[in-house]
Amino acid sequence: MGEVIRLKDITRVFDTGQIQVHALRGVSLTVEEGGCLAIMGASGSGKSTLMNILGLLDRPTSGSYHLVGEDTSRLDRNRLAGIRNRTIGFVFQNFNLLARTSALENVELPLLYRGVGARERRRLALEALDRVGLGDRANHAPNQLSGGQQQRVAIARALVASPSVILADEPTGNLDSSTSVEIMRFFRGLVDGGLTMVLVTHEPDIAAWAERVVEMKDGQIVADRRQSPSVVTPSGEAVP
Amino acid sequence: MTIIQTVWVAGRALLRNKMRSFLTTLGIVIGVAAVISMSAIGAGARARVAEAFQSMGSNMLLVFSGSSRTGGMRGGAGSQPSLTWDDMEDIREQVDGVKYVAPLMAVGAQVQGNGQNWQTSVRGTSVDYFAIRSWATDSGELFSDQDNHRGAKVAVLGRTVVTNLFGEGVDAVGEVVRINNIPFQVIGIAAAKGSSARGEDEDDAVFVPWKTFRAKLSGGLQQFIPGPIMISAESPEALEASRVGVEKLLRVNHKIRPGVEDDFTVRNLSEMAQAQQEGAKTMTSLLAGIALVSLIVGGIGIMNIMLVSVTERTREIGLRMALGARPSTVMFQFLIESVVLSVIGGLLGVACGIGAAKYLVSTFNWPLLIQPEFSFLAVGFSALVGVTFGMYPAWKASKLDPIQALRFE
Repeated sequence: MGEVIRLKDITRVFDTGQIQVHALRGVSLTVEEGGCLAIMGASGSGKSTLMNILGLLDRPTSGSYHLVGEDTSRLDRNRLAGIRNRTIGFVFQNFNLLARTSALENVELPLLYRGVGARERRRLALEALDRVGLGDRANHAPNQLSGGQQQRVAIARALVASPSVILADEPTGNLDSSTSVEIMRFFRGLVDGGLTMVLVTHEPDIAAWAERVVEMKDGQIVADRRQSPSVVTPSGEAVP
Repeated sequence: MTIIQTVWVAGRALLRNKMRSFLTTLGIVIGVAAVISMSAIGAGARARVAEAFQSMGSNMLLVFSGSSRTGGMRGGAGSQPSLTWDDMEDIREQVDGVKYVAPLMAVGAQVQGNGQNWQTSVRGTSVDYFAIRSWATDSGELFSDQDNHRGAKVAVLGRTVVTNLFGEGVDAVGEVVRINNIPFQVIGIAAAKGSSARGEDEDDAVFVPWKTFRAKLSGGLQQFIPGPIMISAESPEALEASRVGVEKLLRVNHKIRPGVEDDFTVRNLSEMAQAQQEGAKTMTSLLAGIALVSLIVGGIGIMNIMLVSVTERTREIGLRMALGARPSTVMFQFLIESVVLSVIGGLLGVACGIGAAKYLVSTFNWPLLIQPEFSFLAVGFSALVGVTFGMYPAWKASKLDPIQALRFE
């Protein structure tokens, strides 16, 4: 199995003028292909900064980041956009779907920026919507869908470009507990099918779905343990 | 992403805010419509002026007698008869570049015929007059030089006179009319010419040979021409030379010593036409300038809305960047949005402008002159406005930090 992500001695310092904030203080992390990695930590622990760097939305102050074997530290904004498009699928806490735009068009977006033709784009987007069980809602606008359905559209959008890794930032943060389970079960199915996923959460119940949990504190990794993914609901009852 | 895809995305984004897009476009629509209609109206006005001067006569000089001086009081041009019939013949025979020469005498007279009577202007002139004014007859013929030489009592009637004496559309050739109780035979009916540049009815006149006019209808000193001499030069280029030639000849004929004022005036009607044209042109530029200003105001409207749009869609921009939109693509998308707005505005503006021009022109009864190159220019210019005023908002959008943008509420 190959490496998808290799971080080495990553630091990130925010210069606010008067004081320097060390958000990350030397993070090294390797993520293998396949499986789900949960990054946990309190707010201010640096997990969001780490996520932004993993997503190529932010650049480390020092250290190296190889994504699928490619060194990303010397690339400009346009090149980074291209790599994001090809290798990363984002799932956000607040879904981030375009309003007044159909589910289908939302899912088509990454393909649009890859220059895929209209017909092929439509075919792939419909396929991705089918995968998340929303093939029949393709023409619904986000405000016509429930929270769970909106997040599933966002997952379809992340999947449509067949990325190397899915980055999910608190994907269940805006959902009720039963919908959270539904979404996590769906993610689990994808991971069992061979997908690589990095999940940021502060909820232990959600982290329990991952086979590897990294805990962060004060910009450093303080724990890195492997576990057998326990399929539990937030209320603690076991799910078959 | 191809240009077509970008235009498509831009179009989708604009359609999400239909009312706003429409109102933003309206600024450009009005600007372009103003440019188009003003230029069309200006061109129409110029053509109308040119037409009016053309119908007065082409390459025309008018020679007036001098002014009288009684004590300290000076009369106006023509108040002191100084042009003689010999002067006229000399001009015809001796001045280079002169094609036609005709005297123009007029007297108000009562004309009777067919049991009716009508007060009109009776004019004594030569057949050249009709050539200068490119005026033909509807029926019958013009009087000839022979008619003139033998002082024949023949007349060519204007259409209005025929209508008032004989009735609408009647062919009065061969009839007899009495002018100041002297019988004249009608030999021709002049074609309807409409109103002059000054608004007078050109067709309300009777034309008779000048020798007949001199013998029967005008009093005064017989050696002088009681009116101006009309001269037509062979070409616009020959006009100035003819004017100089006429002045030189008249000074010799009238024995005017060097340094002494002319006792006549030569006026170049083409110069007047040109001055009029220049005036119309200035007016057009002025109107077009105002229209351009309104187009720029429309552009500022686009910039304003695009800035609002960039702020409002900050999260969308952040998302698009996260999903792989390059900063350059984002910039291009917003630029295309403003260009789409302005070009659609330009096209609508051309349509509205042509409509407005048609309406105004039909109200003023001017010829409609829509210059197609102006329409292309206006649409092109509005696209330029879109690019210019869309540049800053688009640049601002492309500089957004995706992390900040995604967090933007």
